[in-house]
Amino acid sequence: MAYYPTRLKTRQTYSWVGRPLLDQKLHYHIYKEMSVKIEGSLTEIHIQVGQFVLIEGDDDENPYVAKLVELFEDDSEPHSKKRARVQWFIRFCEVPVSKRHLLGRKPAAQEIFWYDYPACNSNINAETIIGHVQVVALGPDEVLPMDLKDEKILFVKLSWNEKAFRPLSPELFAEFDKLQEGSPRSQKPVGVKTKSIESPSRTTAEHAIKRIESRHSTSKSRRTPSHPVTPRAKKKLELNGFSRTPNTRISQQNSGASLDSPGRSKRKVTLSEITSPTKRSQPDRLHTSSPALKAPQKTGEIQSSCAKDDKKASPDCHRILRTRVPALKTTEICEERTLTPIRGGWKSSVPSVVLKPENIKKREAEEPEAQDGATTTPHRIHRKSSLLTLNRIRQQLRFLGNSKSNQEEDEFLPAAEISDSSSEEEETSTPPLPRRTSSRLSRNLCSSMKSSLQTPSKTPKKTPKPSTPRHATPQIRSRNLAAQEPASVLEEARLRLHVSAVPETLPCREQEFQNIYNFVESKLLDHTGGCMYISGVPGTGKTATVHEVIRCLQQAAQANDVPSFQYIEVNGMKLTEPHQVYVQILQKLTGQKATANHAAELLAKRFLTRRSSQETTVLLVDELDLLWTQKQDIMYNLFDWPTHKEAQLVVLTIANTMDLPERIMMNRVSSRLGLTRMSFQPYTHSQLQQILISRLKHVKAFEDDAIQLVARKVAALSGDARRCLDICRRATEICEFSCQKPDSPGLVTVAHLLQAVDEMFSSSYITAIKQKNLIFDFSLGWWYSHL
Amino acid sequence: MEIEEVSENVLQVHLNGLLQINDNIALKEITRQLNLENVVGDKVFGSFAENLSFLLEALKKGDRSSSCPVIFILDEFDLFAHHKNQTLLYNLFDISQSAQTPLAVIGLTCRLDILELLEKRVKSRFSHRQIHLMNSFGFPQYLKIFKEQLSLPAEFPDKLFTEKWNESIQCLTEDRSVREVLQKHFNVSKNLRSLHMLLMLALNRVTTSHPFMTVADMMEAHQFCSMDSKANIVHGLSVLEICLIIAMKHLNDIYEEEPFNFQMVYNEFQKFVQRKAHSVYNFEKPVVMKAFEHLQQLELIRPMERTSVNTQREYQLMKLLLDNTQIMNALQKYPNCPTDVRQWATSSLSWL
Repeated sequence: MAYYPTRLKTRQTYSWVGRPLLDQKLHYHIYKEMSVKIEGSLTEIHIQVGQFVLIEGDDDENPYVAKLVELFEDDSEPHSKKRARVQWFIRFCEVPVSKRHLLGRKPAAQEIFWYDYPACNSNINAETIIGHVQVVALGPDEVLPMDLKDEKILFVKLSWNEKAFRPLSPELFAEFDKLQEGSPRSQKPVGVKTKSIESPSRTTAEHAIKRIESRHSTSKSRRTPSHPVTPRAKKKLELNGFSRTPNTRISQQNSGASLDSPGRSKRKVTLSEITSPTKRSQPDRLHTSSPALKAPQKTGEIQSSCAKDDKKASPDCHRILRTRVPALKTTEICEERTLTPIRGGWKSSVPSVVLKPENIKKREAEEPEAQDGATTTPHRIHRKSSLLTLNRIRQQLRFLGNSKSNQEEDEFLPAAEISDSSSEEEETSTPPLPRRTSSRLSRNLCSSMKSSLQTPSKTPKKTPKPSTPRHATPQIRSRNLAAQEPASVLEEARLRLHVSAVPETLPCREQEFQNIYNFVESKLLDHTGGCMYISGVPGTGKTATVHEVIRCLQQAAQANDVPSFQYIEVNGMKLTEPHQVYVQILQKLTGQKATANHAAELLAKRFLTRRSSQETTVLLVDELDLLWTQKQDIMYNLFDWPTHKEAQLVVLTIANTMDLPERIMMNRVSSRLGLTRMSFQPYTHSQLQQILISRLKHVKAFEDDAIQLVARKVAALSGDARRCLDICRRATEICEFSCQKPDSPGLVTVAHLLQAVDEMFSSSYITAIKQKNLIFDFSLGWWYSHL
Repeated sequence: MEIEEVSENVLQVHLNGLLQINDNIALKEITRQLNLENVVGDKVFGSFAENLSFLLEALKKGDRSSSCPVIFILDEFDLFAHHKNQTLLYNLFDISQSAQTPLAVIGLTCRLDILELLEKRVKSRFSHRQIHLMNSFGFPQYLKIFKEQLSLPAEFPDKLFTEKWNESIQCLTEDRSVREVLQKHFNVSKNLRSLHMLLMLALNRVTTSHPFMTVADMMEAHQFCSMDSKANIVHGLSVLEICLIIAMKHLNDIYEEEPFNFQMVYNEFQKFVQRKAHSVYNFEKPVVMKAFEHLQQLELIRPMERTSVNTQREYQLMKLLLDNTQIMNALQKYPNCPTDVRQWATSSLSWL
């Protein structure tokens, strides 16, 4: 792999290029370009929005890859004010080991995957950007170039959404097409270029006619009366399509030159206007329809904002925005066409931004003849229309006062222009793409800018109202650095041995599981209530077993095997005061918030009065002993409610001591608790061994003897499964440290485990005494002799 | 991970058992340090229960892949174990053991028996990873530390002085009596802080006219350090109080460290006065009582049980907190000690 210099080696200074665009709502300064100056050398890298960039990661050799969506300055961020929003790509080595097999083949050396995972944090520190990189999208039927000289090119063929590898959805693919061309520094090796370009055009030849026809018909049907409604309807469809699967759309798509759906719809409109038999009369018609077109734009906007309000989650919102902007553009383009319909406008209109109507009309008139013969018309027309959009975007940008970035855009466009015009003479298969991509890049720029302008204005509304902390959704800020995936067997083992790693099934607790399951299930089926008391020393899997039972029952409820039920969990340790349990139960049950006394009344009313069509409530009370009060009213209530027919309440209580009901409960309380008790015995050594083995399935990190040793040691002392897992985790660490060669597959031996056991079970006093000084020894000796 | 990256990628929460004396304060502090209070706007801190559920919810939300790891550093960890129900510890450990926000809790304490302070379910959730930091060095290393602490660095501007100073320190290190002092100090405590205290006392004597540390400085500093504060207090007592202490000493000798009361001490004192037939020491009983109480205030004697309203003060059992050698040493230095008192101190039978 190529070695990428990171910030640790050379200092780099980051500075914005161009004037900022102030976002009023969020006080963001949005930029379009950033320059990176490397200390010591005079070179300066310009990074623009929309380019693919390398981002500093853990591994110098494999920095993260992402597409820059937005650059902005955020004053609220304490450490780094320069922020960037990106769309991540993931390397194969970043895919979790356990999921790598899903790819089903060996990955190419420079293959990356589109990271389709909305939960991933896309807001990064802009100063972690190292530089740009070339990313080439490959169609599903293309072969990955295996041995390439230029290592700085990466290939995208599939997307990865943490669950499965999927082919790139058409819209993504189209975006790539335009992006890789649009980047000013793009120098692709010829082979790749033709490959990536040919694939769409190859198919175009076959499909173009068909496509034109199909679009023809759709546009016809759509055009005349229902025209104002179209954008809205279409948008709806797109939204639906998006929320379903991208695959469905792939099947709909009939060509490799797949455009994203908004883009497609746009092309449809433009095509329909141009290729329709009534071409000559078209300008007039369009002129007349332009006011009408304005209307849908408005309605579309309203409608989409409604949709936004409905959907609260930000990824959804983002998605809507993304689809919305291009869709709106559609109408704008149509509009523009009527005002500035250019034929071959891309040539003249690029330098001259202000368009002259007479010029346009002439071109419009010329247009039909030019198209007639060529099969590539869709391309060219599209190109044109997108150029129009580009112009319009430019104008908008100029209005926004962002003239500098505009000029830069101008700077790189003519280059594309030249290549285009020269290629136009040669053949029809290659030329269209470059121009299309360049224009589409800018459209993308605009859309991303638009979305960036609009999303923030929406987001503050989503943040909770300040005065209501109970509705606040507090969250720890998300991590900048991705969690490291286990790289070695030992790390994998350590991850699996962590207590938090909940196994698929709970070994050695089958009997208990069955008992609890039967108890709850019978209550659910009978629509009655009941109590169960579960006891056992810490670390014997009480809570885990109950959780497992509930999970299974919820699955069964989904499959309609048992009536659906509501599950609530409270933990005595997570309460500040016993009476808070009422508040918690009420809040989890109904979402209401009340004081402890009021909540107790409400709950009593709820459980003691008859209501219609009620589902059973399953209440898990963990650490029951902490709910003890002088009057024992809480325990009394908890055990009294299930005895009423109306309550339909199943109470599962968990505590450490077996004789808790006898010891601390009054008679009337323990009587209500009943005799449904279960006690979890500490794990025996064979059980602990089985637990360890089941967790370490398929991971050969431990010697068999070592597992047996730790199981026996722990079983002799406490039978606490947590302790057992902790010791094993520590042993893997010791093994790792003692193993000097990092690549050799370390195996945790008995010696390692013994060391871990010694560390954990040895008394701290002994270690302290060993270290103490003379006076301490004397006095200790004196005490000892006097005993 | 590089050090500077740590601050970017890890949230740190520092708590101190001396500052966060209960869970409510601790929760507020955690919320503040995690910058979560901006989420709830102006009404930052509600009731204790609200805070707890708020924070638990916040921590529960995250998962390993998305949320920023948090490190909790609990200084004076043992004090957190005294919080009611150990709620905070339970919850922190529970979160660290479940698939929620990635969390590491580091507790710092000077108590070795910290595990016994944890409740069983809290203990079960504790990873039992203990690192003991001990001063495991021997005396040669201690000497080395002593030398390094005192030596001037090469960057010191005055080169000439640096040379001379370091030479003198070298001499000090090799001096026998200094070594003796250090050895004594080392035997009492390996603690570097106490070494610093010793050196600080010695260094305070360095002036422009007395530019180098001498052996005498060290000796004096050591004496200063190892001074017996109780013996010093005895120096400031009145003759009557001294007499009472001597009487107590005799009682201790006779009854083998059994506790005594005021009446016994008074009787013993009366014996001495009558024997010597000195009216000089003939004080009224209330005056003696007052002196006795003063001794108690100075904590030279200590009541065996708590003073209750019922017990008469004269009959409350007391214990002397000085031992024989201390008393004798103090008497040697006591200024203008009457001869008969001194004789009485050496032997209760001196009148014979």
